[in-house]
Amino acid sequence: MQMVGQTSPSVSSVHVVCHNIEIKMIEFEKIILTEIPNLHKIDIYEQYGGYTALRKALGMTPDAVIDEVKKSNLRGRGGACFPAGLKWSFMPKQSAKPKYLCANGDESEPGTFKDRQIFELNPHVFIEGALIEAFAIGAQMVYVYIRGEYKKWIDLLQVAIDDAYEKGYIGQNILGSGFSTDMQVYRGAGAYICGEESSLMNSIEGGRGYPRVKPPFPAQSGMWGCPTTVNNIETISNVPAIMNRGWEWYSKIGAPKHPGPLLYGISGHVNKPAVLELPTGVLLTDLIYDYCGGVKNGKNIKAVIPGGSSTMWLRGEELEGVRMDADSLKIVGTSIGTAGVIVMDEDTDVIKVLTRIAHFYHHESCGQCTPCREGTGWMEKILKRFLAGEGTMQDIDLLLDVANNIEGNTICALGDAAAWPVQSVIKKFRGEFEKRAKKSPTVSQYVKPPHLVETMLNV
Amino acid sequence: MLSEENLKKVEKLKPRFQTTQALTLPVLWMIQQQHGWISSEAMLYVAQLLNVPVSHVYGVVTFYTMYNQKPVGKYHLQVCTNVSCMLNGGEELRDHVCERLGVKLGETTSDSRFTVTEVECLGSCGTAPMMQVNDDYFENISLEQVDELLEKLS
Ligand SMILES: Cc1cc2nc3c(=O)[nH]c(=O)nc-3n(C[C@H](O)[C@H](O)[C@H](O)COP(=O)(O)O)c2cc1C
Ligand code: SF4
Ligand code: FES
Repeated sequence: MQMVGQTSPSVSSVHVVCHNIEIKMIEFEKIILTEIPNLHKIDIYEQYGGYTALRKALGMTPDAVIDEVKKSNLRGRGGACFPAGLKWSFMPKQSAKPKYLCANGDESEPGTFKDRQIFELNPHVFIEGALIEAFAIGAQMVYVYIRGEYKKWIDLLQVAIDDAYEKGYIGQNILGSGFSTDMQVYRGAGAYICGEESSLMNSIEGGRGYPRVKPPFPAQSGMWGCPTTVNNIETISNVPAIMNRGWEWYSKIGAPKHPGPLLYGISGHVNKPAVLELPTGVLLTDLIYDYCGGVKNGKNIKAVIPGGSSTMWLRGEELEGVRMDADSLKIVGTSIGTAGVIVMDEDTDVIKVLTRIAHFYHHESCGQCTPCREGTGWMEKILKRFLAGEGTMQDIDLLLDVANNIEGNTICALGDAAAWPVQSVIKKFRGEFEKRAKKSPTVSQYVKPPHLVETMLNV
Repeated sequence: MLSEENLKKVEKLKPRFQTTQALTLPVLWMIQQQHGWISSEAMLYVAQLLNVPVSHVYGVVTFYTMYNQKPVGKYHLQVCTNVSCMLNGGEELRDHVCERLGVKLGETTSDSRFTVTEVECLGSCGTAPMMQVNDDYFENISLEQVDELLEKLS
């Protein structure tokens, strides 16, 4: 029987040899978006070794499962890169209250379109991973939160869940192990902020998606005050392979400190935008030029957003040698985020793009914290001034000042996510702002508007 | 207000959550699926059904962008203009749809057939530009294809 993931050598092997990247990539095989046809069907999934990882895990102790995941070094794919096994170990072993697992399929970060591929092409690898995780942390219920717009993918996943129930993989006394858990899909209704884990829990509780102040963290107080773990859909989908092949095998894939296969989503001005499963740590330029057919119309690259709209931008000249993993991107001042790469060609109006991003965060701010609610609005307004040719040299510093005052001063990371793109674009493309600024400033010296400072401190 | 079938679904969902309040979003979805939008009478109904304050239901309806607080056309055209779509003609698509139907963003055609709105990233960035029509995604869509689609739906 062939194990899930053992497909014919992927295209990467050919490519890797000619580019002389580390040898281990040659051995890379996809474990999530494999080339097996009809893998979304439970029979096919079983035929290729599906649900054997669950069987194996149920024969172990929950602690041993957590240990395996810890050692594998699997890190969260939802944006923050937090070590998954470590997060699971925060769950209390004994609890008078029920425990929950929330799978995060909100997928609303602009530039991110990977989780929907899992729902469509390999839903069972996610379901199996979620069941293993539920067993490891002792969750009696798995809530799968999916953005409301993904109606089609919700329906696809529901079919898979129903099939798994029918086969006895979900429900009471799973495979005779004595372990029971249920799985319930919860449909969001259009709010980016509900991807933030505490907002997501408030949403499943049937309320407005307001993020909660942390601590307490979800492991202490999550759904209805009960111990809860939140993980991204892709993170969870990595678990079956770890159980089947062992942590040693997994931890050797890609970048040592951030190992495993990663679903990269490349969009914008590339010839062949795609979701690609490749090891962590591939060269950004390889993703763009080799895997995605290069830039449209053979143009040069002006800028790249490496990991979804919240991450800091890179200039076209900075891309050479940059690898796509948490540590490598940190070195160049940005982050892996959701691995949603957006490529902009040399003719792109970066201020226009930044304004669109600023509009997004302003629109999506839940309004709880003053710096985020007001600051995102101000940033959008100032940027719009530049688009209208009304911006001034002072506005550049004002914009930066607003961004700096949001960063770190809010309940959740949406505030930071709104500030980072602005900070990085000003840093990297200041000249563009200066070119656009009105030449006759009305104020001779930049003065901090007093009410701005006051409002910021008045959180 | 809810069909028999949906009421049965509500009963089946109840044991899956610690509170009935958790059913607010699912029940609002059912209402919208049946009636196309969520009226104040509907909010009152949901509040009574789930035994939660009507202010709570109102708070939820107004927080989430997908709940329609007024009737929308038979076809709700939602054009994404976020970054990846913008870089690939999302704004042109938006303007084209509005122009062709003779409406501004947020408006409904006089025959109540089409409503056009601009939306944030729909997770279809690799197949930009795109537009959602009710529950369906139309990806990688050209202006000619939009014309054909609108023709078919008119
Ligand atoms: C504003 C905001 C939006 C987020 N959106 C998502 C999302 O759509 N999907 C997701 O998995 N994580 C999202 N996150 C991250 C979650 O809060 C959380 O870290 C993640 O789901 C944990 O899973 P992981 O450890 O497996 O990555 C978001 C965070 C913030 C601050
Ligand atoms: S940072 Fe913004 S989105 Fe997050 S809680 Fe505060 S106001 Fe809401
Ligand atoms: S930017 Fe339009 S779908 Fe993502």
